[in-house]
Amino acid sequence: MRNRAWVEKGLVYLVLVAGGLFSLLPLIWLIRSSLMDMGQIFELPPIWIPDPFRFGNFSEALTILPFGRYFINTTVIVIFTMLGVLVTCSISAYSFARMSWRGRDLVFGLLLSSMMLPYAVTLIPTFIGWSKLGLTNSFIPLIAPAWFGGGAFNIFLLRQFYLSIPRDLDEAAYVDGASHWRIFISIIIPLTRPALVVVGLFTFLASWNDFLGPLVYLNSESKYTLALGLQQFKGMYAAEWHLMMAAATVVLAPAIVVFFIGQRYFIEGITLTGIKA
Amino acid sequence: MEPVSSLSVNRAKTKRSSYRNELLGILFALPAILGLLIFTLGPMIYSLYMSFTDYSGSNSPTFIGLDNYTRMFSGEDQYFYKSLGVTLYFVVLSVPTGIIYSFLLAILLNRNIKGKAIFRTVFYLPSIVPIIAISFIWLWLLNPDLGLANEMLRAIGLPGSQWIFGEKSVVPSLALMNLWTTGGTMIIFLAGLQDIPRSLYEAIEIDGGSKLHKLRNITIPMMTPTIFFNLIMGIINGFQVFSQAYVMTSGGPNNASLFYVFYLYREAFQFSRMGSASAIAWVLFIIIMLLTYMVFKTSKKWVYYEGDEAR
Repeated sequence: MRNRAWVEKGLVYLVLVAGGLFSLLPLIWLIRSSLMDMGQIFELPPIWIPDPFRFGNFSEALTILPFGRYFINTTVIVIFTMLGVLVTCSISAYSFARMSWRGRDLVFGLLLSSMMLPYAVTLIPTFIGWSKLGLTNSFIPLIAPAWFGGGAFNIFLLRQFYLSIPRDLDEAAYVDGASHWRIFISIIIPLTRPALVVVGLFTFLASWNDFLGPLVYLNSESKYTLALGLQQFKGMYAAEWHLMMAAATVVLAPAIVVFFIGQRYFIEGITLTGIKA
Repeated sequence: MEPVSSLSVNRAKTKRSSYRNELLGILFALPAILGLLIFTLGPMIYSLYMSFTDYSGSNSPTFIGLDNYTRMFSGEDQYFYKSLGVTLYFVVLSVPTGIIYSFLLAILLNRNIKGKAIFRTVFYLPSIVPIIAISFIWLWLLNPDLGLANEMLRAIGLPGSQWIFGEKSVVPSLALMNLWTTGGTMIIFLAGLQDIPRSLYEAIEIDGGSKLHKLRNITIPMMTPTIFFNLIMGIINGFQVFSQAYVMTSGGPNNASLFYVFYLYREAFQFSRMGSASAIAWVLFIIIMLLTYMVFKTSKKWVYYEGDEAR
């Protein structure tokens, strides 16, 4: 009996470690390749620890294309997208959670069902709309939608958080003559700061990682984001794996840093996603 | 004292203030309402209209009835069935494997495990990697001549694969990549598992039931709503795969990874056939709705909802 328990425990760890290796090996392989020279990267059997560490790959990869420009472009898009989502999503979610008006549930229902709509359906008409306004090849089509409620998923998430705050708190304030705006700013927002962090982090990642949006809307190189720059890099240096891996690492790094800073919030946010199931 | 009139004054007041409140409520929700109109409903209607036209995006649309649709379904446009088949194949491969893999990891993590938080982080980590970086990493790993994957296979005496460069192996390779990024699903499962009341398991323990017994009779039935949710999301997302194929294979080799959305993208942004691309998009929408509906239909048979027995 005791033996069986040990075997079982061993098996559990074995599977977990195997899964962990599957998750980590590609990332380790990326980083080790980004720090090697062309000769070492191909050596057999594979070398895991670069010798010497070639940090020069990064500066080389970064100077081949104007990655500084791409970095600034991406950052501008990400910041204004996050701002838009946080401001308009929190206000809208407040209305859906705390205010009653005719048609509210209908609108909310439509919002929820719009989550099932493939982006492919709205992509083309939206693109044509922006091009009629002469705004393609600018950041506006990538940022503007964030300023209109910040997406159904985020509204849903924030509304869930707001609903978990006891109504007594704002009702007391309401009876004392506080306006909705006052309640929203001085009760709801401070109490749901973690929720805003969750939404902010998800938005950061989605915007930072976005590929299709920039691909469709941006066509002059000076407007490119990092993801597009990387794609272009691939076309030019497909065989220079060490440089490609260095460039990919640079794009990946900010996402990883943000993830580790906000890890706790990420887990909480995804957990909430599942609760609606 | 005139109670009646004072009451009616009060009523008028509440009426006015409730009217004001209604307006205020709509005002607060205005960003979302406008967003829904401008970025969802409006485009949907416009797209439906376009799907009945011949439209390059710059000329004025010519109404051609159902031509775009018949061109697809008649097989005149050979890529429609091709891309549909490729995408279905991907969904069939990637959705069940993703669910089983992340469910298994979640069950193991939910036990009394040392280093639980570390494992959880490690499993989730790949899901935050930008798709472009994911594509680069796997292009390199799966390189038939120089990649680590074939190197490892050869080390244990197995033949290598052409991976994404083989017509047969490209879709399974992309499904394998998809498996790498199922950390989010795993965390949703984990949260679901933690919500199962201990008392249910204790009841089986008293009866001397085995672990397998617990899994079959409690864990899996209690998790069916979460499995259901992940299944639906998996299907919806699986049908919309695009970037990997665009970056890694350009739909090749020989259109073996021409995913549906890639086909749509090509029609719209490379061939400037906005009308036809809109029809393609609507067919995708209908396919997804039908599949979701079918899963919903079957869900009554296998999804367990708490409180059902109370009825």
